[in-house]
Amino acid sequence: MIFALVGNQNCGKTTLFNQMTGSNQHVGNFPGVTVEQKVGAVRGQKNCEVVDLPGIYSLRPYSDEEIVTRNFILNEQPDAIINIVDATNIERNLYLTLQLISMRIPMVLALNMMDEVRHNGGSVDTEKLSKLIGIPVVPISAIKNDGVSELTRIAVDIARRRQIPKVYDFCPAGPVHRCIHSVCHIIEDHAQSSRLPARFAAIKFIEGDPIVRELLDLHQNDLDAIEHTIVQMEEDCGLDRNAAMADMRYNFIEDVCRQSVVKARESREHVRSVRLDRILTGKYTALPVFALIMLSIFYLTFNVVGSFLSDLLAMAIDGFAMLVDNALTAYGLNPVVHSLIIDGVFAGVGGVLSFLPIIVTLFFFLSILEDTGYMARVAFVMDKLLRRIGLSGRSIVPMLIGFGCTVPAVMATRTLSSERDRKLTILLTPFMSCSAKIPIYGFFTAAFFAEYQALVMMGLYVFGILVGIGCAAILNRTTYRGNPVPFVMELPNYRFPSVRSVLQLMWDKAKDFLQRAFTVIFVATIAIWFLQTFDLRFNVVADSAESLLASVGSLIAPIFAPLGFGDWRVSTALITGFIAKESVVSTLEILMGGSALTSLFTLRSAISCLVFTLLYTPCVAAISAVRRELNSGFRAAFIAFAQTGVAWIVAFAVYLLLGVFL
Amino acid sequence: MTLDRLPIGNTAVITRVGGEGALRCRLLDMGLIPKTKVTVTKVAPLGDPIELRLRDYTLTIRLADAREIEVTEA
Repeated sequence: MIFALVGNQNCGKTTLFNQMTGSNQHVGNFPGVTVEQKVGAVRGQKNCEVVDLPGIYSLRPYSDEEIVTRNFILNEQPDAIINIVDATNIERNLYLTLQLISMRIPMVLALNMMDEVRHNGGSVDTEKLSKLIGIPVVPISAIKNDGVSELTRIAVDIARRRQIPKVYDFCPAGPVHRCIHSVCHIIEDHAQSSRLPARFAAIKFIEGDPIVRELLDLHQNDLDAIEHTIVQMEEDCGLDRNAAMADMRYNFIEDVCRQSVVKARESREHVRSVRLDRILTGKYTALPVFALIMLSIFYLTFNVVGSFLSDLLAMAIDGFAMLVDNALTAYGLNPVVHSLIIDGVFAGVGGVLSFLPIIVTLFFFLSILEDTGYMARVAFVMDKLLRRIGLSGRSIVPMLIGFGCTVPAVMATRTLSSERDRKLTILLTPFMSCSAKIPIYGFFTAAFFAEYQALVMMGLYVFGILVGIGCAAILNRTTYRGNPVPFVMELPNYRFPSVRSVLQLMWDKAKDFLQRAFTVIFVATIAIWFLQTFDLRFNVVADSAESLLASVGSLIAPIFAPLGFGDWRVSTALITGFIAKESVVSTLEILMGGSALTSLFTLRSAISCLVFTLLYTPCVAAISAVRRELNSGFRAAFIAFAQTGVAWIVAFAVYLLLGVFL
Repeated sequence: MTLDRLPIGNTAVITRVGGEGALRCRLLDMGLIPKTKVTVTKVAPLGDPIELRLRDYTLTIRLADAREIEVTEA
């Protein structure tokens, strides 16, 4: 049995998903849906899964997320729809509900945040509401896990009995009613043969939905008849077709609410949000507070919490490596295998592993920004600035996520409804230094800027952003001319994030990182170790400068000579960085074989190398995410090469400039 | 009068939603339809966009888009 979980943004959908499934989740792929969706087994039910669909406000085909949701429901025919609705904001939430109902699939309404409504003196007569909209209504509180098992039980029940929504007519007698019914009548056969629910198809047709129009494939005389009917309706009710449909839905909703909802007095949550916003989006305070918040996140991550835990973990790994080293010596293991384990695996994987706490900490802060509702405020505050480089405030969300990882950041661009904004944002996110580069910065700054480590790191982040802005400004004036998307965005009340969701996300990221450390990076370190231990005739070399790797690395090394780091070991490390950024450190660790970083770099070349790693091509995973989202291998390859080019030029400029001072 | 000229803190009733295409549909979907009461609650620190309160929730739109919405002050 498959349930589709559908709802507006900011209505607690992900929280409910986590409550329903526990940690039993995976990413699912459905035919026809290019986008990956989270799927989870429902707790306490056998053979029962729920799919977490994107948060949307309507079923128009204007953003990918709306299309994904629509196609999933139409093509996959889930056994039931679970529609989650924010009870504190019931009118606008029910707007989507009415459209879902017209898809003729068993459906249950999960009325979330009922505790908040009651708390503020409001109430909802769920029985009455259920009768008026023709589907079962279950009051829940996702964050407190109240009513969730009841919701699951009812969803299973209606799916078994194939209980289709009982009400589907939302229009009072009049011109709109007449119009919908005659269109319904004309398209009925066509809708049936293209497996569309007739009423849904009729209303979408009236709204001018291009996808439905194409699917129905009507004859010209039918089209003329429909157009005539619609024009007649527009004349009779004095509204154009789109306004008439929206008006019909909201009128029905207002009527339903009058009968079943006692409105709460101004909610405490809203009052609290207004108060917080006096500072967080205040005229003089908004920008300084944003800067302060970002700075403290980076400071806490790199200098306090993350680095403390990282040091602890590094010590533990070193201690363990020493134990193994001694044990192997005592056992008298073959020196080559011994070297593989200690110089290869422990140096490489161990070196990368110690950065786990920093990365998890950074994701912890980013998820808090998102879940509390602050991210939306940042978009509100920054919109005007971002518009100067041709983007909208919404682009700030993927860009901030980019500081964690480019892959989810690129995926987050789906919330942007214009193709142009998406492309430009995708091009920009790799300039937001991702967390996998932290090990590289840490490695270099520890050797060259021991006292100013955090400061140098923040400097790198800012520098990346500036270069990104520069590139966007150029692209905006050349390739990607055009107008940014409409900026119509909800500002949700501030909320405490659900502990469960935050922990779930941290666990996901940690798991992801560990998986990479023990698969991609593990294999890469063994390959590097192998290549640097043997020469062309597979003899063990005494000096790694004679190894296989050295011959490959020295081919590319000259490219980096003008940047000040023409050593084959560095170029090899940079190449492995394409597989995973963390590998740059593990490769260097193996290749240097215990000597200090200062023997390879001067202060000047270290800075130019840092700049290069900051800006050069994102890793394979990110590039393949870009390929998926842009649906073009060519563009993805272009991004990889263009960024490397930009990185080379900027690093070269920095190197030259530093030559003047150092 | 158009919505972008409504002073902060004032409430008005929408009489017409102009504009076209995706933007207009988005505005309608979010509940900005004729006869809806809407309050301008704030202007962003840099002067654009603006913050609105309608149907028990908070929405932000740009001044240029607010110019497409006609209102009469109650």
